[in-house]
Amino acid sequence: MNDTVPWRDRLLGGFKRTSEKLGENLTGLFTKATLDADTLDEIEEALIASDLGPSTAARVRERLEGERFERGLDVMAVREIVAQEIAKILAPVAIPLEVIAFPRPQVILVIGVNGSGKTTTIAKLAHLLTEQDYQVMLVAGDTFRAAAIGQLKVWADRVGVPIIMGKEGGDAAGLVFEGVKKGTEIGTDVLIVDTAGRLQNKAGLMDELAKIRRVLGRLNPEAPHNVVLVLDATTGQNALNQIEIFKEMAGVTGLVMTKLDGTARGGVLVAAAEKFGLPIHAIGIGETIDDLRPFDPQEVARAIAGVAPLKERTA
Amino acid sequence: MFESLSERLGGVFDRLRGRGALSEADVRAAMREVRVALLEADVALPVVRSFIDSVTEQAVGGQVLKSVTPGQQVVKIVHDALVNMLGADASELELDVTPPAVIMMVGLQGSGKTTTTAKIAKRLTERGRKKVLMASLDVNRPAAQEQLAVLGTQIDVATLPIVQGQQPVDIARRALQAAKLQGYDVLMLDTAGRLHVDQALMEEMKAVATVAQPAETLLVVDALTGQDAVNVAQSFSEQVSLTGIVLTRMDGDARGGAALSMRAVTGKPIKFAGTGEKLDGLEPFQPSRVAGRILGMGDVVSLVERAAESIKIEDAEALARKMAKGLFDMNDLRGQLQQMQRMGGLGALASMLPGVKQVKQAMASGAADDKVLVRMDAIISSMTPKERTKPELLNAKRKIRVAKGSGTTVQDVNKLLKMHQEMANAMKKIRKMGGIKGLGALLGAKGGLGGMLGGLGGGMGGGGMPQMPSGGGGLPGLPGGGNAPFNMPPGFDKFLKK
Repeated sequence: MNDTVPWRDRLLGGFKRTSEKLGENLTGLFTKATLDADTLDEIEEALIASDLGPSTAARVRERLEGERFERGLDVMAVREIVAQEIAKILAPVAIPLEVIAFPRPQVILVIGVNGSGKTTTIAKLAHLLTEQDYQVMLVAGDTFRAAAIGQLKVWADRVGVPIIMGKEGGDAAGLVFEGVKKGTEIGTDVLIVDTAGRLQNKAGLMDELAKIRRVLGRLNPEAPHNVVLVLDATTGQNALNQIEIFKEMAGVTGLVMTKLDGTARGGVLVAAAEKFGLPIHAIGIGETIDDLRPFDPQEVARAIAGVAPLKERTA
Repeated sequence: MFESLSERLGGVFDRLRGRGALSEADVRAAMREVRVALLEADVALPVVRSFIDSVTEQAVGGQVLKSVTPGQQVVKIVHDALVNMLGADASELELDVTPPAVIMMVGLQGSGKTTTTAKIAKRLTERGRKKVLMASLDVNRPAAQEQLAVLGTQIDVATLPIVQGQQPVDIARRALQAAKLQGYDVLMLDTAGRLHVDQALMEEMKAVATVAQPAETLLVVDALTGQDAVNVAQSFSEQVSLTGIVLTRMDGDARGGAALSMRAVTGKPIKFAGTGEKLDGLEPFQPSRVAGRILGMGDVVSLVERAAESIKIEDAEALARKMAKGLFDMNDLRGQLQQMQRMGGLGALASMLPGVKQVKQAMASGAADDKVLVRMDAIISSMTPKERTKPELLNAKRKIRVAKGSGTTVQDVNKLLKMHQEMANAMKKIRKMGGIKGLGALLGAKGGLGGMLGGLGGGMGGGGMPQMPSGGGGLPGLPGGGNAPFNMPPGFDKFLKK
């Protein structure tokens, strides 16, 4: 069903809803000519409501405060400022995931809370890298959730990549060790390791993640080359807690945001970029295999802010 | 920035309480802070707005500001409004229909539907004595149907045999047929995760609902959800008639937000909270307790319940007998420590108790962790059985041996001995106060739990549980302290401040 709609339209369609929402929020505010403190408060609140996070919202507010006397801001001018701000914050963190490891394989550890979309993202990533002519191998490291291994196996078959699997309930670290060994033996370019979903406040599970990391480093001191944290776009400000703790415990090197084809999203990415400056590698905008796309800050920022050009293109 | 909602609100309230007189401006300023706190906790904006409006209106009323303790009044108003927003009473599943009663689970991808389905099925089977059949209608995600089948074997609940390539509506029909023919009480339908903007899948969900005529349609929502929660809740409730909400991942560190929004937006009760990956991690949602937790008033009721679940009856009885004689030795102390660990360790306990700030801070700063309990256990393990029953045997030489054996210092050993001594003294006091019978009376009255903790008069809780034949007992491992709502065991603080 998704085949007929280009991914860009789907993304923009999704963002359009966000931006329309933001637009609605803002339109209501700017029927008045001057910006009094109440209005500024409400702008700040509207930004928070779009999951942008309090500090980003405060910065936008400050900008508006500085400019209110020079000209009467209409909705579009406000959107412009919001877009500029967001793009400025997002631009430095838009860094794609590149396969540069030597010696091979490049080990990519994929982590996140339960249900954030790790397994699906791995499948999409494997597909993307396979299309770029890299040899990819998967490790089904989620030995905890029922049928998680089966789920990844199905994806591996669809994408056509080999997969290392163990027993359900088995030791994830041991399996990962075996995966790196095999991957190195056959000289695969990329080894993508799935892990069980875990909430960041579960100390025991986070320790296990640290252990997997250590085990990875035993065969190849450089590994894991990437530790990718998968974030669910519907998550609110808790995404920031997730990044902070996963970064500390597992050394997150980059982010992927999934489920951007829903309604409110993107917002917390802006806050995350501002607070942590971690690279955002890609975004997931659908359920089919080629729905993982590079992260384009301009596009995302303008779509979130609802600046006119994007609206025309999506129309 | 990551302080929890309860800490944020606690700060606001402390400032309010600390003042003798309040002006309207004071109240409004406080409400602004409450508003930001709620927004940061991901409570939906429209919900925050109406909440703040109604609370402010009540709080600036003449009677509040003129009262002797205006701060306290305002806190109470906020508390009541929170409870109101969450819904006053816990609501159960309503399955009183001609069997099979169908429960349909809906929600976004990754919200935790399949796991929740299994958890509810387990609960209904074990506690409700129902015969449950589960069927997965998820034909989109690879291995989703297998996942439910695996969970079914784990919890010993039947699942509908998988027929590859069958469409959801047909699976629903087949499941209904099977449930009727094989005499199941409850049929649980686990639908595919869908985005609320995906009209095709929403239509499919409606078609399934038409076929299955569910008695309960539960929307499964991730407690970590941000502002989008409102859109999700609205879209789903427009498409099917929801009967309740299940909040998952309530064991995460983002408590409050989505829980507060959901009821307000859908008008439907939150029936369950998912609290862990294990299949028994499901609790009925208790609005008043959650409100208490959010407001930093602790959740003593849940704590007592958890204590009751994790206490071994034999242990409790043995301790109760000893206590009746006024005896309390190192073995008993060890039992208490193990008890605390079984209940989830210090962190879990601290999170449920009111006013244990120093412990929470110590935990946060890394000065104390659950290793404290392990270390104390190690010290006791390093004593001879004789020393354990008669701690006064421990002279300087023996202490050095114990310290070496447990990898601690003599100071640590002394601290433990002091703590034991104080606890033993407290035990004696309790005995004089009327022994465990008196404690039992306190615990027996369900409403008097707070009284129980306070009533122990700085002593240790006795070692019983409500189901005990003697009907006596307190809360093992949990001392109550005078006027303070809760104190760690006497001398325990010394372990924390290392």
